[in-house]
Amino acid sequence: MKPPRFDYARPDSLAGAIALLAAHNGDAKVIAGGQSLMPMLNFRLTSPRLLVDIARIADLNHISAGADGVRLGALVRWRDIERHPTLAKLHPLLVEATSHVAHYQIRNRGTVGGSLAHADPAAEMPGIAIACDAQIIVVGRAGQRTIPAADFFVGALMTALEPDEVIVEVRLPPWPGERHFAFEEFSRRKGDFALAGVAVFYDLDGQGRVIDPHIGAIGVTSRPVRLNAAEAALAGRAVDEAAILAVAALADDGLDVAEDIHAPADYRRALLQVLLERALRRAARLPDAEQTQ
Amino acid sequence: MTNIPVRFTVNGRGAEASVEPRTSLADCLRRELKLTGTHLGCEHGVCGACTVVVDGAAVRACLMLAAQADGSDIITVEGLSNGDELSPLQASFRKHHALQCGFCTPGILTTAHALLTEEPDADADRIRDVLSGNICRCTGYIPIIEAVLDARAAYGYVTGEP
Repeated sequence: MKPPRFDYARPDSLAGAIALLAAHNGDAKVIAGGQSLMPMLNFRLTSPRLLVDIARIADLNHISAGADGVRLGALVRWRDIERHPTLAKLHPLLVEATSHVAHYQIRNRGTVGGSLAHADPAAEMPGIAIACDAQIIVVGRAGQRTIPAADFFVGALMTALEPDEVIVEVRLPPWPGERHFAFEEFSRRKGDFALAGVAVFYDLDGQGRVIDPHIGAIGVTSRPVRLNAAEAALAGRAVDEAAILAVAALADDGLDVAEDIHAPADYRRALLQVLLERALRRAARLPDAEQTQ
Repeated sequence: MTNIPVRFTVNGRGAEASVEPRTSLADCLRRELKLTGTHLGCEHGVCGACTVVVDGAAVRACLMLAAQADGSDIITVEGLSNGDELSPLQASFRKHHALQCGFCTPGILTTAHALLTEEPDADADRIRDVLSGNICRCTGYIPIIEAVLDARAAYGYVTGEP
């Protein structure tokens, strides 16, 4: 359980980090908090020649909010989100979802950029990025580019990042104060990886009908996904118990659900439906059926 | 893969070592600085036995390179007591029988120390949530929670009398 040998560099500028990554042409890895990379190294699932520590590069740990939404620097840690004085108002879905990320000690080190770059299919932050249509800002030799979350996650642990690129920021679109939302996930112990998770949000028109629903899921396929069939079924409806059951029945429609040692595919499909029901009830501020029975 | 020099403050004293880049903070503390109170269980961030406090935050020393901690202020379990005199937190663990085999205890003590330093008013739910990152297979956790609750006064918590 010791990592393979590698070299270590701690550049003090983004340009320095990019130059090192470019010079190693895919044989170097960025490390920030290291809470995903270090286990990968200790298991020897990856063996880069060089680790480029970006943790002391200035200006990558900002949290800001404005008319264009919330911006999180790549080095923002889960504890920074948890303790931020206004983020729970500015983006309550983000704060609720990140409350499920790992355990105390890991939350003190793990970063937003690291979670996005690692792209674990069960991780919360990639799921929020997908559900919210986030934009991921990356910088490399060719300059800065903005990657929509929908194009960023390519597969399990695979992203659209080029070997010389570093994530610098994630941007979440503005969040209206009256928005309905919920995040639900199930893991065997709180803080463990989710066996499945669902993020839901929508607004209502003057007649109480759903406008522009967003439903994202984690832990069920090789990358975080939008539940398109469920979204289509929810759009334009008033959210009552009948609507919730009809929408949740479509949760796994068209998904290639993953099976692994933690859960068979059928279990994950059933779990996804239940979590979507719970999330829809909570978003609509309806009582949970299992508690009222 | 040449060695790199690292310097920290460990338990209030300056320390330095020359380590391979791949050396974890836990291995550096144990092997180079001979501070073997920090235990290594799983070495992939699951068990919490290796928890130390780095710049005020409890972290898993198996998931942090010594090089990443360069320049940091580190507290290990050895830094909690004053010589052979137990800290109030440690004394509370003894009083409540909050340990049996003791393997996980250093990580639980450092985690609780960091928590109560930042949040002396942590309630049982908060303590339970935080200690969910530390695996203990002996105690069933109940005496551990009681010991941490009872130690809060030593960190400045004033019990809730009006």
